[in-house]
Amino acid sequence: MRNPQLNTNGELQHLLTTEGLPVAIIRDILDRTSNFLVAAEEREVKKIPLLHGKSVFNLFFENSTRTRTTFEIAAKRLSADVVNLNIGSSSTSKGETLLDTVDNLCAMHADMFVVRHSQSGAAHFIARHVAPEVHVINAGDGRHAHPTQALLDMYTIRNFKKEFHNLRVAIIGDVLHSRVARSQIHALSTLGVPEIRVIAPKTLLPKMVENLGVRVYHDMETGLQDVDVVMMLRLQNERMQGALLPSAQEYFKHYGLTQERLALAKEDAIVMHPGPMNRGVEIDSSVADGLHSVILPQVTFGIAVRMAVMSMLAGVKV
Amino acid sequence: MNIQIANGRLIDPKNGVDAQQDVFISERRIAAIGKAPQGFVAEQVIDATGLIVIPGLVDIAARLREPGYEYKATLESEMLAAVAGGVTSLSCPPDTDPPLDEPGLVEMLKHRARLLNQCRVFPVGALTYGLKGEELTEMIELTDAGCKAFSQANESLIDTRVLMRAMQYAATFGYRVWLRPQDSFLARDGVAHDGEVATRLGLPAIPVVAETTALAIMLQLAREIGVTLHICRISSAAGVEMVRAAKQQGLTVTCDVSMNHVHLTEMDIGYFDANCHLSPPLRSLRDREALRAGLLDGTIDAVCSNHSPVDDDAKQLPFAEAEAGATGIELLLPLVLKWAEQEKVPLLEALSRVTINPAQLLGQNVGHLSVGAHADICIFNPETNWKVEPAALKSQGKNTPFNGYEMRGRVCHTLLDGQVVFQQ
Repeated sequence: MRNPQLNTNGELQHLLTTEGLPVAIIRDILDRTSNFLVAAEEREVKKIPLLHGKSVFNLFFENSTRTRTTFEIAAKRLSADVVNLNIGSSSTSKGETLLDTVDNLCAMHADMFVVRHSQSGAAHFIARHVAPEVHVINAGDGRHAHPTQALLDMYTIRNFKKEFHNLRVAIIGDVLHSRVARSQIHALSTLGVPEIRVIAPKTLLPKMVENLGVRVYHDMETGLQDVDVVMMLRLQNERMQGALLPSAQEYFKHYGLTQERLALAKEDAIVMHPGPMNRGVEIDSSVADGLHSVILPQVTFGIAVRMAVMSMLAGVKV
Repeated sequence: MNIQIANGRLIDPKNGVDAQQDVFISERRIAAIGKAPQGFVAEQVIDATGLIVIPGLVDIAARLREPGYEYKATLESEMLAAVAGGVTSLSCPPDTDPPLDEPGLVEMLKHRARLLNQCRVFPVGALTYGLKGEELTEMIELTDAGCKAFSQANESLIDTRVLMRAMQYAATFGYRVWLRPQDSFLARDGVAHDGEVATRLGLPAIPVVAETTALAIMLQLAREIGVTLHICRISSAAGVEMVRAAKQQGLTVTCDVSMNHVHLTEMDIGYFDANCHLSPPLRSLRDREALRAGLLDGTIDAVCSNHSPVDDDAKQLPFAEAEAGATGIELLLPLVLKWAEQEKVPLLEALSRVTINPAQLLGQNVGHLSVGAHADICIFNPETNWKVEPAALKSQGKNTPFNGYEMRGRVCHTLLDGQVVFQQ
């Protein structure tokens, strides 16, 4: 089975997951990100005409104002025409199938689809069906993958830590339901991080998670020892209803990131969060706003990373 | 009509025959094997030189989708698919719409099948009304209408007291109870085996304990009640081991596996291939090896196709939203042959899993070629290599995880009741 993200020349055709993404492509994306960030600081006019005349369709089958906005900004800075579709509230509720929706948009000459869907594999499914000149970017599919989030996280780590090969990284929280965690784990492994830890209660860890190349911890006290990077995951409120956790309070008590716990990590550890944060559930405000936090730079980098991915898919050489 | 099947290699697992012998058919039944009966004049001679002659296959799980799901498949399409696959007897699970819980529905189905006259249909009746697991169906009436066993199809029976009473009632009259072990709470929302692949792909999972906890309850109740229990579509190593232990302890329990699970694993899902969205889910390599071992040592009595034609629209969706199921009745024979070849199982032994064994599970006098038996026969060429191409399948369901696979062995004639019902 050929990697569905790459074309026959081994170039990026779609960005669906960080799993199996060649390290050279990841590095290229990170380097491009860097260029776009420098350019944004140096230039007065933020727009660059790399995607001029291209149409980017934001296909959001699941609501997400934040991710959609960052993709929209990224596409507009590259001078693309952007169309936002919140399908959750339009055609599928009228009975149109996913494929019909995609076919119709293809007929409108879309060049790129940015897809967010509640089902794992939805982006792969769409990528399989679009014409060969159309590119698909996965903006989050079910529990499976959220590659641009992971790539911006990798950029953030590289920005603050320079190298990957000497890092100890801990991912904390609801790994079971998290597309972010899966994409982070694959990206970190590919970039050569020697030790990736996950910290969570057993109810929030998928079966055989250690086969992804991580060490499993069930408590913060040992799991956070000497880590360089702390990556928090968002805890959805509905986890309390599924008998996965008793309460947000108890979760915070045992797994919340506090100043005291963070002190167990390396002195220069950085704290990351994909947002939106639940203060007082997975992270204490004093940590979120503290000196170790790089949560706001993550957001800034997020736009540049998405510009990097879009420019690469459009075949622009930088 | 008198038919002579000449020069073929006859394999009849029930009678332990594997030899070059002619088959003589007269008045729809097997008149003689080897030597023509006195005064036999063949009106038709089928030259089976280089071919293998076996009893028509018995498939104990093939969905025909009638009534209610005619947009997925019809009796016409699926019975043609059956005979194209050499299947002359099949039993269909009760999960139609409405479910087979009323004698009238069963009679209608039997009647329609009889008119088509291609394959014997032995319906499995619903154990509870609407498969809801609340009230017992009229099992005596349903049996009179033609049901050969009672089941919940893929629905779990959550209420263990209802399950116990259903078993007690069925045991009273000696009816067979066929159950698929899956705890609906543990399997809730799951679409793939709870293992490495589901974890990687982020697919909601069905753990092995969903099978084993349900199985433990079924075996315990069967032990208590003494019902003729058959376990359907076992999928895990742990499940096979439980059935093996129960059999060793002397419990009268039987078991089947779907052909898909003998050949495929969770790895075949690859990049979200919805053709591999099956129920039960494809499990790990370890589980598949245990299923193969169980099939070989007799823990698992029979193989079925678990033929479940699905319409294209229901499959053209992201993995979890796509409907579970695959077409398979036309692939049953070549897949059994493939298993036999891979595991070096003699054909005489391997073919019992799709002929006499499932016939005994149904309690029907089919699946063998004894003198006097119905002349239900499958003749196939063991050397024909062919490639699975969905469009070429007779079944209305075109979705199969074996799309593009190379198969060896292809049916050339199927006879039902001494009449050629399929030929190619």
